[in-house]
Amino acid sequence: MGIFSKAFDKLKAGLAKTRQKFFGAIRMLVSGRQLDEDLMDELEATLIQADFGVASAMKIRQDLQAAFKDKRIGSGDDVIGFLKDELKKYWPPADRSLRISPTPPTVVLVAGINGAGKTTSVAKLAYQFKSEGKKVCLAAADTFRAAAVEQLDIWANRIGVEIVKGSGSDPAAVVYDACDAAVGRKADILLVDTAGRLHTQDNLMRELTKIRNVVAKKIPSAPHEVLLVLDATTGQNAINQAKAFAAAIDVTGIFLAKLDGTAKGGIVVAIRNEVNLPVKFVGLGETYEDVEPFDPDQFVEALFA
Amino acid sequence: MFESLTNKFSDVFRRMSGRGKITEQNVRESIQQVRQALLEADVNYKVARQFCDQVVQKAIGQEVIKSLHPGQLMVKIVNDELTALMGPVDPRIYYVSPPPTIIMLAGLQGSGKTTTCGKLAKLIMHQGKHPMLVACDLQRPAAVDQLTIIGQQVGVPVFRIEGEKNPVKVARSSLDQAAATGRDVVIIDTAGRLHIDEEMMKQAEDIAKATRPHQIYLVCDAMTGQDAVNSAREFNQRLELDGVILTKFDSDARGGAALSVKAVTGKPIKFIGVGEKLDRLEEFHADRMASRILGMGDVVTLVEKAQREFDQEQAAKMQEKMAKGKFTLTDFLAQMKQMQKLGPLGEIMKLIPGMGSQMEAFKLDGDEMKRMEAIIYSMTPAEREAPERIDAPRRRRIARGSGTAPEDVSGLVKSFTQAAGMMKQMAGMGMRDRMAFAKQMTAGGGMFGMPKFKTKQRSHRLTKKEREKLKKKKRR
Repeated sequence: MGIFSKAFDKLKAGLAKTRQKFFGAIRMLVSGRQLDEDLMDELEATLIQADFGVASAMKIRQDLQAAFKDKRIGSGDDVIGFLKDELKKYWPPADRSLRISPTPPTVVLVAGINGAGKTTSVAKLAYQFKSEGKKVCLAAADTFRAAAVEQLDIWANRIGVEIVKGSGSDPAAVVYDACDAAVGRKADILLVDTAGRLHTQDNLMRELTKIRNVVAKKIPSAPHEVLLVLDATTGQNAINQAKAFAAAIDVTGIFLAKLDGTAKGGIVVAIRNEVNLPVKFVGLGETYEDVEPFDPDQFVEALFA
Repeated sequence: MFESLTNKFSDVFRRMSGRGKITEQNVRESIQQVRQALLEADVNYKVARQFCDQVVQKAIGQEVIKSLHPGQLMVKIVNDELTALMGPVDPRIYYVSPPPTIIMLAGLQGSGKTTTCGKLAKLIMHQGKHPMLVACDLQRPAAVDQLTIIGQQVGVPVFRIEGEKNPVKVARSSLDQAAATGRDVVIIDTAGRLHIDEEMMKQAEDIAKATRPHQIYLVCDAMTGQDAVNSAREFNQRLELDGVILTKFDSDARGGAALSVKAVTGKPIKFIGVGEKLDRLEEFHADRMASRILGMGDVVTLVEKAQREFDQEQAAKMQEKMAKGKFTLTDFLAQMKQMQKLGPLGEIMKLIPGMGSQMEAFKLDGDEMKRMEAIIYSMTPAEREAPERIDAPRRRRIARGSGTAPEDVSGLVKSFTQAAGMMKQMAGMGMRDRMAFAKQMTAGGGMFGMPKFKTKQRSHRLTKKEREKLKKKKRR
């Protein structure tokens, strides 16, 4: 994807803080040292502070220990190269590509908890698809939060894509109309923005399931992608979120938003370990251009650059 | 939200209490589990370590090892330390004279500032003040519209300048507007910003300089991970915070942020947001929260909540009826509706001591409530007053009317009769006995003396004789 290459610098810049604080710390920590229990403890602590989570940090520690035992690594200086290779293995290429329907429209359902950054992320996706020459239609199905529809409407105008708004307060009805509109207007992509909801609110999660069912009924084989928007500053609760949303709407991937501000990206490792969901996109700023498909090679390279 | 942490602590201490003799080694071992629980709860790594060290010190110093009940003593120490870590908190808002009192909210994107503005306005209105909201988030599309709508919902004016791009100007002008319209509290909503975004942090400083707020609160998402302390520290350095408002507290996040932010910045958590509705902002109480973490329940909050929501007069009448055993299904329905006002049932149950771990059994949700309501509404007034007269044909009629099965109807009547008996008993007790009684009842599967709908009741109903006996006891 050529248009993304320029975003590489942005990703690097966005992750600069992560790199300095986390892997900078690791580099200082490991260089010239014996790979002993003390170093292992400190390494684990550093990983935990990067939001890897206790379980994932321990797993990496065990992998390191096993590698040391097998003499694949010898001293502290080998640790960085080893971590790089290990982390890249977490995200094989097969599950990172977007599923595009052979018969348009491709429907992408976007969900997440309050304030994760769904509406902004939808705008970013819309811009990306539009730059690829696709005809994009948005469904403003966040009928709950005050002025959410207006917010998406403003984005739609700025980017220059179509938007379907409902008159009532039933998000499923908006989605129903949007599916019709997307087919009628021969849109390539239909992006569905939904209201933020805490994953612990059973009734709201059922509402989300209903939205998904409406999409599936209106357009066979849809939704083709179901993205969960996660705030990159979220801690271990992101795992619970991923589990709950996966159960309700069969999430296909993560949109990791706000990665430009946090001093870590470790939560994606924990999510991969515990929920086995791939990361598909990364949000890196406030404008609609600040988006990047998740590329673990670039991601890890940027971390270690 | 602290459920998981609570369970972890319970496990650790249960294991400890089970042991005959406890060594210093055991204390250190158990604290490792506490540490892991804290880390899994997103408590900052350094804060967790510091906390555990303190607990170990205290535990050894207080001779937990020689104590008869080491588990209990450990709970007390952990509880005290947790309270000390999160407190002390003064949740009052100090209003200045002459007005207006100026409050500014700041925080990261998506932490919940705009919604919290509305909640805070509502809370301040309840304290007899006249707040005004100021729309200074000119960054996010439609943020001003959102605040305007929220202002309408709460019933407070929102100050906005159409087409203005500079939030500092809006903030400054709002003070004149407040003076002109007699608003005594000004709440400034600002754009979400990253703590490393120099330009935006400078803008926040400028807003603060231009308006000289009396209180600046950081709005912080309860689900934030290890980074919570970094952003809090940065905001604190730039804005000299007065406190923190923790949002999305009604999730299952374990809320490590609550533990860390105070420890690192020294600024207390003043309020917690516990729901999407605009009245769901509560004062933060470190001691209560610590108790909750340790599974000791939070009765004070429940009582306060009940007092706020319940119609006192009606409650007194109800009490009297209960005591006399004249409690009818009509009253039952009214009471159920008041219970619903208290908030989602699950949330209430969490506040009751000893209930934390049994939460799953109490998924008596809104639907079940609605079915009970439908059944009662399908009865004639006479039947509601005297449910014992409901025979098989009546039962069939009621079931048809409410779209339920006849067994559901008899189940409800049975439950009600039993509940009425229990309430009568409880009405004569003091608060302490009542709590114990409720606990005893809930342990048996019912709740609040209101047995769970559709559960088979095999426990015996009080006979007339037994009831007489109880009455006599009460008189004595």
